Amino acid sequence: MVQDVIVSVLLIGGALMSLAAGIGLTRFPDLLSRMHAATKPQVLGLLLFLLALAVENGSWVLVPILVLCWIFQLLTSPVSAHMVGRAGYRTRHLQRELLTLDELDDIVAKAADEVDGRAAGDDRARTAGTAGSPAGQDDSPTAGPPDRSEA
Amino acid sequence: MSRQRIPLITELPLVIWLVLVWGALWQDFSAGTLVFGAIIAYVVVNVFYLPPVELTGRFNILWLIPFIGRFLVKLVAASAEVFWLALTRGPRLRNAVVAVELRSHSDFLVTATGHAISLIPGSLVLEVDRSTSTLYLHCLNVTSSEDAEVVRRDVLATEAWLVRIMGTRADLASLRAEEARR
Amino acid sequence: MTTVTYLVGGILGIAAALALYRAVRGPSILDRVLALDVVLAIIGAALVLDMVVNRHLDHLILLVAVSLIGFVGSVTVARFVTDRK
Repeated sequence: MVQDVIVSVLLIGGALMSLAAGIGLTRFPDLLSRMHAATKPQVLGLLLFLLALAVENGSWVLVPILVLCWIFQLLTSPVSAHMVGRAGYRTRHLQRELLTLDELDDIVAKAADEVDGRAAGDDRARTAGTAGSPAGQDDSPTAGPPDRSEA
Repeated sequence: MSRQRIPLITELPLVIWLVLVWGALWQDFSAGTLVFGAIIAYVVVNVFYLPPVELTGRFNILWLIPFIGRFLVKLVAASAEVFWLALTRGPRLRNAVVAVELRSHSDFLVTATGHAISLIPGSLVLEVDRSTSTLYLHCLNVTSSEDAEVVRRDVLATEAWLVRIMGTRADLASLRAEEARR
Repeated sequence: MTTVTYLVGGILGIAAALALYRAVRGPSILDRVLALDVVLAIIGAALVLDMVVNRHLDHLILLVAVSLIGFVGSVTVARFVTDRK
């Protein structure tokens, strides 16, 4: 009985997180704020659903694969959010007037100028444009240690 | 691209992780599964070559448990906040892109910090500058520079936790010094 | 328990409908990818709901697969969008 109540609460909580994502997707004004709504509550939502499954099942054999499933999401969701967010910022999909503060704008503009000014394939590891981030793949292989930690 | 040999000891964490994944997928941790998993992990690590992750060489489990607790509390609080914002604020939302300069210059730690921050709703890593280890975050519902300052302090606090758990000794020492000054 | 099942199913249905609305409306391809990512996550949630209600564990691997497909999909699209600029 108690088990049923716990499972119910966890399931409803998880479903509400999905609903939060849905409402956020439809109501938020631009791509980047929608990303917050879409990717983040899912982390908690999946955790609640997996907990419900574990409580309902009540066996320890299940725990490793549930933990694995959640860890996969923990590892992947920031990376995909970063990739989509970066693409969105670069391709001007965000609405400037919705930002109260933008400390990246100048740096990206400067990096773009430098890249335009120089020949392609030049070493531009020092600019914000290619530093770090999974998109660092377009660096030449010699441009410092590849950042596999992002993968 | 020349393939330098990686000593097995650097690959060991990865191999152990792969064996655990294998066991979890079969939902069976008996010796046979684990040995077969170890063979597959070894083959995978050698065939699908990836550059090694440079770990920092220390790991403090005592700080990890409160960190997970703090993380979960923040996760729940911030998810509820995003839900509330979606319901009440909706299209009238204001955001900001905030630059945060981290203390550590270890790639591993910067990545870990970025992950932890991205997972907590309300902030998102847009861009990383490796040369200065600066994270550029997109933050939800930031309306003034005071709010941005709150975000910045929060990120640095997260980084401090991660340094205590698995930062390099040099980072840890400078963190201690900074705290002593305060 | 039955009431809860219908309630959770209903909430998930509404959430999926909202996400699909965003996928249809766009306006950019990144919005669509994001929305479909959410739809995949909701499918994962529905798989768990099915496992809880019908007391079986057949979908566990599917759950892992769904989350990985979502990841690979959005990363690929984001990568091509950045390149094409």
